[in-house]
Amino acid sequence: MQRQNSILRNLDWVATILYILLVIMGWFNIYAAVYSDDHRNILDFSQRYGKQLVWIFFAFIMAFIILNTNDRIYPAFAYIFYGVVLLSLISTLLFGRVVNASKSWIPIGSFGIQPAEFAKITTSLALAKLMSSYGFKLSGFWSYVKVAIIVGLPVGIILLQNDMGSALVFGALVLVLYREGLPGWILAYMFFLVLVFILTLMYSTSVLIAFIFAVAIMLLVIYTRHYRDAFRVTLGTLGIGLLLFVASELFHLKLSVEIIFLIPVIIAVFIGFAYAYRKRLKQVYAISFFLIATLGFSMSADYVFERVLDVHHQKRINNLLGIEDDPLGWGYNVNQSKIAIGSGGFWGKGYLSGTQTKYNFVPEQSTDFIFCTVGEEWGFVGSAVVVSLIAIFLLRLLKIAERQTEHFARIYGYSVVSILFFHAAVNIGMTIGLVPVIGIPLPFFSYGGSSLWAFTILVFILLRFDASRYGSY
Amino acid sequence: MVLRAESNRKVVVSVIIILVFAVIISKLFYIQVVNSSYKFSAANNVLRYVTQYPARGLILDRHGTPVVTNKPVFDILMVKNQVKPFDTVEFATMLGLTVEQVSDAFVQASKQKGYSPRKAVVLLNQISAENFSRFQEVMYKYSGFEVQPRTVRSYNRPIAAHLLGYIGEVDERDIKNAPYYQQGDYIGISGIERSYEHVLRGKKGVKIFMVDVYNRIKGLYEKGKFDTIATPGKNITSTIDIKLQEYGERLMQNKIGSIVAIEPQTGEVLAMISSPTYDPSLLVGRQRAVNFKALQQDSLKPIFNRSIMALYPPGSTFKVVNALIGLQEGVVTPETRYSCDGGYHIGRGVACHSHPSPTNLIQSIQVSCNTYYCHVFRNIIDKREFGSVEKGFTVWKKHVESFGFGSKLGIDLPHELKGIVPSVSFYDKYFRKGGWNSLTIISLAIGQGELAVTPLQMANLAAIIANKGYYLTPHVVKAIEGESITPDYHQKHFTSIDSVYFRYIIEGMDLAVNGVPGSGSTARIAALPDIRICGKTGTAQNPHGKDHSVFFAFAPKDDPKIAIAVYVENAGFGATWAAPTASLMIEKYLKDSISRPDLERYILDANLLDRHAKAK
Repeated sequence: MQRQNSILRNLDWVATILYILLVIMGWFNIYAAVYSDDHRNILDFSQRYGKQLVWIFFAFIMAFIILNTNDRIYPAFAYIFYGVVLLSLISTLLFGRVVNASKSWIPIGSFGIQPAEFAKITTSLALAKLMSSYGFKLSGFWSYVKVAIIVGLPVGIILLQNDMGSALVFGALVLVLYREGLPGWILAYMFFLVLVFILTLMYSTSVLIAFIFAVAIMLLVIYTRHYRDAFRVTLGTLGIGLLLFVASELFHLKLSVEIIFLIPVIIAVFIGFAYAYRKRLKQVYAISFFLIATLGFSMSADYVFERVLDVHHQKRINNLLGIEDDPLGWGYNVNQSKIAIGSGGFWGKGYLSGTQTKYNFVPEQSTDFIFCTVGEEWGFVGSAVVVSLIAIFLLRLLKIAERQTEHFARIYGYSVVSILFFHAAVNIGMTIGLVPVIGIPLPFFSYGGSSLWAFTILVFILLRFDASRYGSY
Repeated sequence: MVLRAESNRKVVVSVIIILVFAVIISKLFYIQVVNSSYKFSAANNVLRYVTQYPARGLILDRHGTPVVTNKPVFDILMVKNQVKPFDTVEFATMLGLTVEQVSDAFVQASKQKGYSPRKAVVLLNQISAENFSRFQEVMYKYSGFEVQPRTVRSYNRPIAAHLLGYIGEVDERDIKNAPYYQQGDYIGISGIERSYEHVLRGKKGVKIFMVDVYNRIKGLYEKGKFDTIATPGKNITSTIDIKLQEYGERLMQNKIGSIVAIEPQTGEVLAMISSPTYDPSLLVGRQRAVNFKALQQDSLKPIFNRSIMALYPPGSTFKVVNALIGLQEGVVTPETRYSCDGGYHIGRGVACHSHPSPTNLIQSIQVSCNTYYCHVFRNIIDKREFGSVEKGFTVWKKHVESFGFGSKLGIDLPHELKGIVPSVSFYDKYFRKGGWNSLTIISLAIGQGELAVTPLQMANLAAIIANKGYYLTPHVVKAIEGESITPDYHQKHFTSIDSVYFRYIIEGMDLAVNGVPGSGSTARIAALPDIRICGKTGTAQNPHGKDHSVFFAFAPKDDPKIAIAVYVENAGFGATWAAPTASLMIEKYLKDSISRPDLERYILDANLLDRHAKAK
């Protein structure tokens, strides 16, 4: 009784109430998405909102059980949980059911479970276990290899299940690494590479070369403050480019534009390395390396896009970037989703009065595109409230993670925030055309037992750690 | 230091989260509040506008007998995406079509403008009520099909095709000219259907439905608040006497030509026959295109409305016009006599037939003396006061034009032709300036030469004489849903001839029909014992073979109720065919019975089509 009381006393009620609020709002929107005049009984378990009610009931029971379970089991059994889920992922791969081209379901009776949802929990736990282990420090080659193995195994299997969306979620864990010591420039460089990737798809190679070179010169100026040298390099490179162009025209060498852009930049890189070697300038080394690596990335980005990504990934990205416009084909989901949300206007059409979602113009509207119902029926006001609530919830969890005294709990807490953040941002982002369509659920809103339970467990393990942060019981 | 770095990193992560959600909220603001295009798209998605077609106004005859009414037909629409494989044989049989027609319709439907597999498009149009009622019983078996009730025209009697006109689907030009029309709408293409289209068509309504992504109707939008109901077209009362029209068409069967009858006091057209004609119901329904093509290819041109579009020489009937001009210009008096020895022998010369000679003006009309009118015509053109041929001719032309010749009378039917009255510049070009004189153009004296008139203008001439000098613009519509028509039709148009001169002409026309035997009267065949008909024959020479038989008349003499012109192509003397036809028409209209069954039989049985064939 004593223990029970102190858990409830120490439970972070702000996070808990936000959680309950989001789950309830989610259910109301699923009801709205499925609602029609034919069936309006909320306890109709043949309908999705009826089933979701059952999932919510079980989710609350799970939360209650977790709060009443000793939190020591998580560090103790982290690797075992991890192993069990890995095995179930593998068995899914062998015996699973194919839904939407992904083989990621284990059928249990008439329902199914998606082990990938639970892999997020166990991977977070295993990662926390690894990184909080005695003497582990995120520096040096081997520490990164270990992290890569822990995260890479589930990601690899999930990719084999053809579930790109769930695999990408694990990329969010880079925020955890950042918090635990990953150099900031790596994070920055990753964002930069994403930008380069997008630009590569949108602009020609020569533009990209010019852009990367310009960034390198900027870095040179900022870090070395050798204005004159930077000016000389720029001028020299442009000069070589001009010479090449003139020569090509005069002697009919038929050099391609890319070559005329690339050769001077390569020469500049070599000069950079030589200069750095002679003057022993570390920054110039780094910048030269940055230049050559980014160029290489940009050159291969096209190749990766064409050969590694599936057609539907390519189409979704192209559609997002406006390279291809196909509102009735690949762009149909996003276009209809934007129409539904956009038609909500400022105040929305009112609860149960959405037309786009009600009449099924938006596909997958109770699962991945549940946010359309929010946008159409509650308008900008409702959408902003939902987005803000999720943001506040995440910041609250961040605060909770940060106040953990144990490394394990803190690292786990950051994993929770990263994963939820990625889900929420990418899911809402895709419904309004900010990111390409990636089939992952909106936490607490999307219809589905597995995801609701996984998010609930994810959150409540953290809250359980938090409740006992003043000592173990 | 370490602590600071850590708290920095915490802040960086928070900032990233906040920034990302800020971007999301901004984008939401943009698509939900700033950019309104999504709202239009949403409306396009979910609203379906279903046109409510009004019934077209009816057309009644002058006594209120319905001539054109409506009957229901059914358009079959399909939504391609919802069509499941089905038994095409049964489908076609039920609709009274062949399998080929159905499969062809599918191909055609997907080619139409604005086609979408998610929208309802017309697959088959104008399925008759009988066929549809059979299909309706099995319709549940075929998914993806819808029905749109329409009305099409229905004709109680197969008459008055040219006058009534026909309707058809609008083409792209119609839609461009008047945005009221949408693809699939009907529009009047000829006749009254065309000239009174805006009255007859009514106003379309629209019902706005909400549909789901499969285009299934989910209910009325806003409970029908924005729906409009269709306003039916107005009924039109025509000036036509349907019995007279029908009788005229019977008389003209197996003949080519035209009859136009006008009520002189009002300008109301009592009958307008163009022969050969066709059954107007041929141009209704699914066979319309086939029938239309057949009619179009017919060498006798049944679609061509001869009453207002055929140009004929007026022939001897035109002598009355020259007589009136002569009287007005004072170059001839009722007492003026000219002798005739079988022709006018000056210049090219004009032959005449044998008749008592000499004649005064009235007698000249009675016997239709060519020589007399050569004198009259030359007297006009060469009148000393005018000073020149050109001036004389111009005065003559002005008088002629005041009768409505050479310009459209302005009847409320489309495609009316002007006719031809030659001008000075025409002759200047044809001969050379100064190279012509009254002798060169002497054919005009007897209504030949470069003159061309429509049967309507000819009937109008009869009305002018009956009215002693004026006419009202002939028209075919009397009232629109009880409201009388435009006041333009109540305006008297006076000729340039003083009213007093008309009585001599009327006397002449009276004698031409009712003169004693042996006095040279040309149209005694038209005489009736109890109705005094005034008429004038004509035998219009033309380059297309045998002469046209022409007659124009009005009756009764003292209180004219009907003015009429009859043209029978390539039929010979006016007295042989046109005069008895006109006489029968007058009797039919004024007495509603025929006292001369033999004469009637003679006209009804005559088949003059072979003469036309020879003329070709």
